[in-house]
Amino acid sequence: MLAEAAAVRGIAQRDGFDARRPRFALLALTGVFVALAVLFMTYDLKGSLSYALEFRARKLGGLALVGFAVAYSSVLFHTVTHNRILTPSLMGFDALYQLIQTSAAFFFGTFAVLQLDERIRFGIEIAIMLAFATVLYRTLFGRDDRDLYVLVLVGIVMGLMFSSLTSLVSRLIDPNEFIALQDRLFADFSRINQDLLVVSSAIILAVVAVSWRLLPRLDVVALGREHSTNLGVDHQRIVNEVLVVIALLVSVSTALVGPVTFLGLLVANLSYQVTGTFRHRYTVPAAVLLGMSALIGGQFILQEVLASSTRLSVVVSFVGGLYFIALLWREARTARA
Amino acid sequence: MTSGATTPRTTSGSGLPAEAGFVVAALAVLVVAAAASLFVGVSAVSPRGLIEGDDHQWRVFWESRIPRLAAILLAGSAMSVAGLIMQSLVRNRFVAPSTAGTVEAASLGLLIATVWFGSTSVIGKMVIAVAFALLGTAFFLSLVQRLRFADIVLVPLAGIVFGGVIQAATTFFAFQWDLLQSLNAWTQGDFSGTLRGRYELLYVVGALMLVGYLYADRFTLVGMGREFAMNLGVRYERVLYGGLALAATITAVVVVVVGAIPFIGLIVPNLVTMALGDHLRRVLPATAIGGALFVLLCDILSRTIRYPYEVPVGTVVSVLGGVIFVVLILRSRVGAR
Amino acid sequence: MIEVSGVTKRYGDATVLDNVSLTLHRGGVTALVGANGAGKSTLLSIIGRLLTPEAGRVSVDGLDVATTPSTELARRLSILRQENTVAVRLTVRELVEFGRFPHSGGRLTANDRDHVERAIDYLQLRPFEHRPVDQLSGGQRQRVFIAMVLCQDTDYVLLDEPLNNLDMRHAVQTMHLVRRLATDLGKTLVVVLHDINFAAHHADRIVAMKDGRILADGTPSEIVTPAQIQAIFDLEVDVHHLDAGPFAAYFARRD
Repeated sequence: MLAEAAAVRGIAQRDGFDARRPRFALLALTGVFVALAVLFMTYDLKGSLSYALEFRARKLGGLALVGFAVAYSSVLFHTVTHNRILTPSLMGFDALYQLIQTSAAFFFGTFAVLQLDERIRFGIEIAIMLAFATVLYRTLFGRDDRDLYVLVLVGIVMGLMFSSLTSLVSRLIDPNEFIALQDRLFADFSRINQDLLVVSSAIILAVVAVSWRLLPRLDVVALGREHSTNLGVDHQRIVNEVLVVIALLVSVSTALVGPVTFLGLLVANLSYQVTGTFRHRYTVPAAVLLGMSALIGGQFILQEVLASSTRLSVVVSFVGGLYFIALLWREARTARA
Repeated sequence: MTSGATTPRTTSGSGLPAEAGFVVAALAVLVVAAAASLFVGVSAVSPRGLIEGDDHQWRVFWESRIPRLAAILLAGSAMSVAGLIMQSLVRNRFVAPSTAGTVEAASLGLLIATVWFGSTSVIGKMVIAVAFALLGTAFFLSLVQRLRFADIVLVPLAGIVFGGVIQAATTFFAFQWDLLQSLNAWTQGDFSGTLRGRYELLYVVGALMLVGYLYADRFTLVGMGREFAMNLGVRYERVLYGGLALAATITAVVVVVVGAIPFIGLIVPNLVTMALGDHLRRVLPATAIGGALFVLLCDILSRTIRYPYEVPVGTVVSVLGGVIFVVLILRSRVGAR
Repeated sequence: MIEVSGVTKRYGDATVLDNVSLTLHRGGVTALVGANGAGKSTLLSIIGRLLTPEAGRVSVDGLDVATTPSTELARRLSILRQENTVAVRLTVRELVEFGRFPHSGGRLTANDRDHVERAIDYLQLRPFEHRPVDQLSGGQRQRVFIAMVLCQDTDYVLLDEPLNNLDMRHAVQTMHLVRRLATDLGKTLVVVLHDINFAAHHADRIVAMKDGRILADGTPSEIVTPAQIQAIFDLEVDVHHLDAGPFAAYFARRD
């Protein structure tokens, strides 16, 4: 442990690191986030003030929680998989969560599932999700981590397959029952699952409390298994812990609003660009602020400026996907030059 | 140089080539399945009823069952052949209409055509869908050509994300124009609405498949590389663009008439070439028959799994296809390195 | 006859070929030698119309390679580049058959089949004619590609570093084959070679290039001299005269 701590300190306090830029970035991002949140809460208030404020606060809370969970889990996922493209949602984790929900309804009956207390159900679903995610990760990553793109491709295809399976299973459920189920199980940004807000906040707080101390060690983990071991950091253990954290966060965000493809990819990579460092103490908070701001700002623009009822997730996929292609395009250029 | 004689031959020596046996066997299964499919459905149609001259049964038979069978055979074989041609030309086994943005571009075109021309002009829809499919595929090709030295899996990955971006845009517009329901119908391939008078456009893809067969040798040569093809007098660029245009056109027509059938252009060519090699003129017939067979079996399953309701065939194909595809990727990697 | 006149090729700012002119008469083996980046492969590719030059023209038997239909050229001239990794799963026989493509467009005639059989026998591919090409060793694969080129039955054969990645024995066998193609079948061969000694012993003529220009052009005994090698490769070597021809002892230690 001593060696580990020393190694971590060595990395974190390496000479010549200029912390001004990431600190400034964090400050600016915090400013943006606060401004957006205030704008979201106060813009064009009408009617009963207390009702409107409470309604908006819940919506804001939901958006912020999702942005937080997606950004946090994406950066951590990037680190343990040693890449900057793969994200939990690209690996089909959120599609898997929906599949678990639907399958539960199919096998145990819709009403059994609906009658169960929301929070208990959520707990059980998270437990199954954790088990599945661990198995999935083990089978795929137990191999060589050079085969990154294979994993991404497998992940995307599995995501498509899980959602097809979900729609297949949901069609096997009695159509009338399914409609009752759909409202409860498939939330999206326009109807955030309010019942889970408190539970979700608690989970996220717990996750942050537990994993915050891991962040400096993640800087070492990012160097790879061999270097981490050499520097006295237990790579395998940290990866396992991080996986649990990721599964929890994905479950939270999917339960609240459903799948959000490409948001994690977008905000994590933007955070690396903005902070200009690999240090998780900066990249994680920056990504989180970006994630929350992106969702709140996006929802605000859609709702108030464009007055459109398009789903926010569609816009996020569009922007995030474009960003991904731009990343590839630019990388191809630098590789050739 | 001496090891040749002692290593076992992997392809049969003289006599009937391997693909002939495959074609005969697959044709036999196809004929049986096709005959069976004519008598599966909500309306009772039986051989006995037809022999006894039951008017109602004959009408269902001519108006619905025969058109449905023809549409399945044409769409299944054509999509597989389109995938085969794309894989050869782009020199990547994971490229297919559904992993190159072609399908999504065609859907976007279809959406725009529906807005411009209403739902009546099938030819107008087809022309615009084809134009969009061509544009989408051309963009994909230029992206791939930038990534020439990239990993084999990065190419389809880029294609899938590109498709995702187009799809997000399509969903956005569909939402704005209140066409989300129609869009769902196009993206979920479904033969339940195939009736006489509504599918005949598909014979176009039958003709295009023949064109593909005539050019199969040139496609094989282009698949071996620019210099290789040019040495043998093949006009590389012309064949490359022409072949991709052929595949894109096939895809667009299928999307317009029956909707997208995911994965089919990916899995069937891979399975067939794995067994029979990449000599396109020799494997093209087997691929066409294999594709028709795969879709037919999935369609029979989709009609019976939730009898009397129907599950969209696209869902069944993508679940089965997804499993096969993941196994294919993981196996190919183990074998390759 | 191959005529190269005033050919210039640039990649961005770098001039790879600078106003190169060269005439190659029918028959015999011509070796193109020179240091890495001298422009040998680029010149070969331009002659084989795989690359288009910025200036100058190339003609083969009076046909301008830039304007003659590609199929027409493919019946007179074949070019084999050094990178011949096949990602495509074809059997040896299928690949060799494609050599007849310029002649028959894929539908083999009896005459085409004769060519295929002869090429397979000539390169001793019979034992594995039905095996997938990607399962062969490097030396075997090289022979398969040469068999395809042979099947193409062109008067001119351009080979770009055919000895790359071959061990000693296979390298020697390949050069014997090149020689036989010229002597027995009367073909004209242009071969890019790295090893000056292979050129000295198997070529009738050596064309030496440096920095995108032709530096020297002559018979092996004219080119393989200490002074010329110094000029071409910037390398001091002793040249010994064996019965078979000049031998540049560039492996020798110089302490």
